[in-house]
Amino acid sequence: MDMKVAKKKLGLKEKYRALTRDLGWDTTYQPKDAVFPYVGYEGIKIHDWDKWEDPFRLTMDAYWKYQAEKERKFYAIIDAHAQNNGHLNLTDARYLSALKIFLQAISPAEYASHKGFARTGREFPGVGTQVACQMQAIDEIRHAQTQIHAMSNYNRYYNGFHAFADTRDRIWYTSVARSFFDDAMSAGPFEFMIAIGFSFEYVLTNLLFVPFMSGAAYNGDMATVTFGFSAQSDEARHMTLGLECIKFMLEQDPDNLPIVQNWIDKWFWRGFRVLGLVSTMMDYMLPKRVMSWREAWDIYGVENGGALFKDLARYGIKPPKGWDDAEKAIDHMSHQFMLGLYQWSFGTAFHSWIPSEEDMNWLSAKYPDTFDKYYRPRWKHIKKLADAGTPFKNYGLAKLCQTCQLPTVFTEPDDPTLTCHRQSVYKGQKYHFCSDGCQHVFDNEPEKYVQAWLPMPQLFQEPINGDLGAWMEWVSLRDGKDNGDYAGSEDQRNFEAWRGLATTNQ
Amino acid sequence: MQIDLRTVAIQPQRQAFDHLVRRFGDKPASRYQEGSYDIQAAENLHYKPTWAPENELYDASLTRIVMQDWYALKDPRQFYYSTYTLTRARQQETAEANFAFVESRGLADMLPDELRDVALKVLVPLRHAAWGANQHNTFICGYGYGTTFTQPCMYHAMDNLGIAQYLSRLGLLLGDTDALEAGKQAWLDDAAWQPLRRYVEDCLVLRDPFELFVAQNVALDGLLYPLVYERIVDEHLSVRGASAVAMLTQFMSDWFDETRKWVDAVLKVAAAESEHNRDVLQGWTRSWSARAASAMVPVVELALGAEADEAVGQQLAALTARIQKTGIPL
Repeated sequence: MDMKVAKKKLGLKEKYRALTRDLGWDTTYQPKDAVFPYVGYEGIKIHDWDKWEDPFRLTMDAYWKYQAEKERKFYAIIDAHAQNNGHLNLTDARYLSALKIFLQAISPAEYASHKGFARTGREFPGVGTQVACQMQAIDEIRHAQTQIHAMSNYNRYYNGFHAFADTRDRIWYTSVARSFFDDAMSAGPFEFMIAIGFSFEYVLTNLLFVPFMSGAAYNGDMATVTFGFSAQSDEARHMTLGLECIKFMLEQDPDNLPIVQNWIDKWFWRGFRVLGLVSTMMDYMLPKRVMSWREAWDIYGVENGGALFKDLARYGIKPPKGWDDAEKAIDHMSHQFMLGLYQWSFGTAFHSWIPSEEDMNWLSAKYPDTFDKYYRPRWKHIKKLADAGTPFKNYGLAKLCQTCQLPTVFTEPDDPTLTCHRQSVYKGQKYHFCSDGCQHVFDNEPEKYVQAWLPMPQLFQEPINGDLGAWMEWVSLRDGKDNGDYAGSEDQRNFEAWRGLATTNQ
Repeated sequence: MQIDLRTVAIQPQRQAFDHLVRRFGDKPASRYQEGSYDIQAAENLHYKPTWAPENELYDASLTRIVMQDWYALKDPRQFYYSTYTLTRARQQETAEANFAFVESRGLADMLPDELRDVALKVLVPLRHAAWGANQHNTFICGYGYGTTFTQPCMYHAMDNLGIAQYLSRLGLLLGDTDALEAGKQAWLDDAAWQPLRRYVEDCLVLRDPFELFVAQNVALDGLLYPLVYERIVDEHLSVRGASAVAMLTQFMSDWFDETRKWVDAVLKVAAAESEHNRDVLQGWTRSWSARAASAMVPVVELALGAEADEAVGQQLAALTARIQKTGIPL
């Protein structure tokens, strides 16, 4: 009689190993450095890719199953939202400015991230690392698409959304986010992981997503809340990947520490500047506000970030170099930035506005040390000009920081009355910066940052040659519709009229 | 009686995003169009890649294929993330049911030894070839140009990984961890597998995304899938009483039928673009399919013995006819 031999029972971890790690092999017909040509030049030393701990063990069958479930729910909700004129449930159409910025600047960033992770998903020599990156690559295209799909219905009714594929590459403020992601993608695979996987996903993403999605929920935007929630479980995986990646680099060789520390310093500051846009959204653009930028920073920056860097201290990692300057900027940045957006609102495919008296009282309660002292007087002056029929518009072009590409509107860390301005000379050319942080980034890699495409000088070059109307056409900005003050805009008129139809019998 | 519920009717301001109106006219766009066209940055890129300073961050000139508009290479399945995952989720349910059926009925143990042996010998090492395919499609997605061309390659790469995992599970079910170890050993050392492994490794150093598409998705898959899953699994093993193996590989058969339509559509549009493209594609398809055919012969021999030459020859003829249909003269 045959004795049936019992099969070896595989634990989850062993099974995952058999289904994933074990698929790879060391090539013998082609040398390893030809197969993975980009993994060495950054100077990161990895001795044993097998030491990589898989941050999540998801096989493809499970991935398809879970993700399909999420997709079904997501599209059911946004279909219903579109069918029932869900946009009329918004607190106010002012809120849409935040979404317009999101679609023009953040959704393209999701796509860039998709491409970047596809590249690292091929370039890293460890199967575990590759699979984790590949899953993030496919998740990121999901995020770009769900966002475009969720906002597509707003585009049918409101201005400012229609040209996102043009503004992404041409308008000035999207260059802030795109230069960040171009910077990460043009770096080597390890730096990319620190930039996106660690700095953006782990340290900063909560500051972007939590306030954004809560803001959407507070302001009746079901479509955005839905993509936020739907993306959240993906984000949890991405954060784990970012953290695992940094620990792996630090554990593999002590020589990696200074390189990694330098990247953390750089990408923290780059990320902090990109988030300037979020601060403005939180403090100014949400008709019903969730919390102030300061409060969000205290929770997601100081508390969570503090705990993280404490955890990383055992590897010798120090908090990022710009941390103290960031802290000093928190109570100022949203105001400085919104004042900038207001005065240049002729050149934005979203609206800005003068905060109401009630809004200003909220701001002074949230920023007791800074708002009344430095910013309320400016808004009051701007309001006076607007009331007199001579609204304040700055047709001068902003000086942009060579690194972060924001206008240099920020003040000295220790003197809120003095605009911060730095400059470096490289090969006989002068370059301008908004801060020490951005200047340091440039000085470490000038040959990279001199290449930056700067939207303001572009205005004076072909095909625009200094003609503002030609510029608007080039960036697909419809003057009088997409731009300017919210007060009196087509969006405002339409929203109020449609809401009247929906809620009254007139 | 039909009752129309009354809702507040308001007039939309526009039908679609500008870039889609420019491409498709002033009408509502599909979700495939919204999620695929022009969503890759195209202009005013900021920095040259530090890993290849002679290239652009998104660089159409990485391949010898030249397209006026890379978005012409659309996917006839119109897969965007959602339709892709929903489709695969349904297929994985079937695959799961098939595995459960084979397992619960003890069908694996009922396989005649020599057939089980053939199945393990042929199918298990292929998990490594599938991993190679994953690498290549991930590369094409990462470095190819234009979302309509690159997005399906990411889906394809994940499918390749899924197939590698199904093959591993098949190995565990019909054999044991020993079967996986033996398969890997064969992949690394046995003479029968070396031409195929060399083919895969040579592709790992190809950095022209479109040539890689031809080498992997057209030439190698175009021979490997029909030979392994039709000729060996269906016609050789099933007929002899090992239909359990066909149940465990149904995903692969269905997948090949579905994806070849996309592969053919890509070839067809790229070939129709210009004389230059046709010449390049002719050279690539010719040389890679000849190489793939000779790499497949010793693998097919493991199951079909002396009939392998003829089987591969027939399949190569079928592949040639398939490629000719896309407008590439061979």
